[in-house]
Amino acid sequence: MAIIEARGLTKVYDGLTAVDHIDLEVEEGEIFGFLGPNGAGKTTTIKMLTTLLRPSEGWARICGYDVVRQPDLVRRSIGVVFQEPALDDQLTGRENLDFHARLYGLSRREREERIEEVLRLVGLRDRADELVKSYSGGMRRRLELARGFVHRPKVLFLDEPTLGLDVQTRRAIWNYIMELNRREGITIFLTTHYLEEADKLSDRVAIIDRGKILAVDSPRNLKDRIGSDVISLTCSEPSRLGRILESASWVRGVKHHGGGLSIYVEIGEEKIPEIIRMAEENGIRISSITLREPSLEDVYLSFTGRSIREEAKPAMRHPRPRGWR
Amino acid sequence: MISLELQAIYVMWMRQLKRFVRVRSRLIANLVQPFFFLAFLGLGLRPISLPGLVEGVSYLDFLAPGMVAMSIVFASMFAGVSIIWDRQFGFLKEILVAPVSRLSIVVGRTLGGATVSIIQGLIILAISALLGVRLSPAGLIPGIFFMILAAFFSVGLGIALASRMEDPHGFSLIMNLIMMPAIFLSTAFFPLESMAAWLRILAYANPLTYIVDGIRGCLIGRFSISPLADLAVLLSLCTITMAAGAYLFSRSEV
Repeated sequence: MAIIEARGLTKVYDGLTAVDHIDLEVEEGEIFGFLGPNGAGKTTTIKMLTTLLRPSEGWARICGYDVVRQPDLVRRSIGVVFQEPALDDQLTGRENLDFHARLYGLSRREREERIEEVLRLVGLRDRADELVKSYSGGMRRRLELARGFVHRPKVLFLDEPTLGLDVQTRRAIWNYIMELNRREGITIFLTTHYLEEADKLSDRVAIIDRGKILAVDSPRNLKDRIGSDVISLTCSEPSRLGRILESASWVRGVKHHGGGLSIYVEIGEEKIPEIIRMAEENGIRISSITLREPSLEDVYLSFTGRSIREEAKPAMRHPRPRGWR
Repeated sequence: MISLELQAIYVMWMRQLKRFVRVRSRLIANLVQPFFFLAFLGLGLRPISLPGLVEGVSYLDFLAPGMVAMSIVFASMFAGVSIIWDRQFGFLKEILVAPVSRLSIVVGRTLGGATVSIIQGLIILAISALLGVRLSPAGLIPGIFFMILAAFFSVGLGIALASRMEDPHGFSLIMNLIMMPAIFLSTAFFPLESMAAWLRILAYANPLTYIVDGIRGCLIGRFSISPLADLAVLLSLCTITMAAGAYLFSRSEV
């Protein structure tokens, strides 16, 4: 039985369909990546799966419990790390964890042991008794991650776990996530718009765009689906060359991006001379050409027809309100 | 199950207390205003005589319970409304996704807010005593009971408002445009008997009047209305605001 299961899950806000009849099946122990640009419906899906939002249509079950009819049982089984920080910065790191552990009904002994354990796992033991106010962005994320699994949930939801973090901190967070999955066997459902993150962490990836799931598979299989090689080139008349290449039987697909083309093929090194010849015959000048393995970016591009970077704008953060607090 | 809900009430209460102790600037800001009124208005107008001020009750004696009421009402409102900040800073989601009922969350928050605001009221009371206000020792316990009702009423009101408000800036507007006039019309500063007839109607319609009158009646032994009427009105208002707060909060989305 899948640990997360959804059928026809839909959310409509004021006539706008944010999530459009999605089906999901996540197996126990998996790291499942939910990849898509901002506004694709990732956070809305997480909110429905974690009982914070009522689906407009369809159903979802976590550990066999229905998110609408058995929200308390669902909440007991899950941990959530939200996209926006959700810590009380007037409390210390340890107090934030203790607050959480009590809300989930851990006994005093369990709390003490478990809080030490998770603090060690995310490397925050030295700073645990300082106010969260004094923590850096990366430390806050680590603390939230620790809090998400302090009560031993079966499933951990991570909504954009490394949004806004620098590269080094991002790598560190990835390691903690993988460690957690390995050591505690927690099923992890994470959303991201970073292709590298989905590629590196996930056992399987679902590509979501405009509320619909376009593909679900392992990163490896997704890449294989579009061909074993990608030839990227820039040239004088990309759209005309694209049309010419599309008619060739050995071309699996052609995508336009910026001022160039990505061409999906098998055995790319043999196709490069062929492409150059076809361009020359038609009087098109190629200014650069490279051969590489497909990335999830290519997968994303081939499924949505758009590059994820063109859409991924920095997320809006709530401004810090002025006045008393 | 029940122990988990009690645990939730306890942690919500404890959190308010910890924040109260840590954020000293807010405590000072909350105490400064009633203190200045007491010190400058109370001591400055001490010899004044107003209709309604009976023999042996100075203006300072009259004003002090009003300032206790004011500090409790404002601090409790603030404690209730601070849910908005929790929403703004995301902490509310952490609470709402926990496997505890929203009622326990509201109850814990109400008890926490009431506790910290009553502490502030008691500080103002102690300051009043130091300034020479004559308090009736027998009235202290019933006075504290009225303070508790005042705190519950105001936290409930704050939570109800916060559940309907998106923007924290709306709160200062409400405080300045509604709560300040309401406190001036509540007999905190001058007796009902000295008000013009139309003001008196407004005072009777003002929930704060019953809070101030109840607390003052107990503390200095002088009721303008009557202890039973104050109690009846306050108990019903408390029930209404707390029920509204719990209902609206349980329906609010994140």
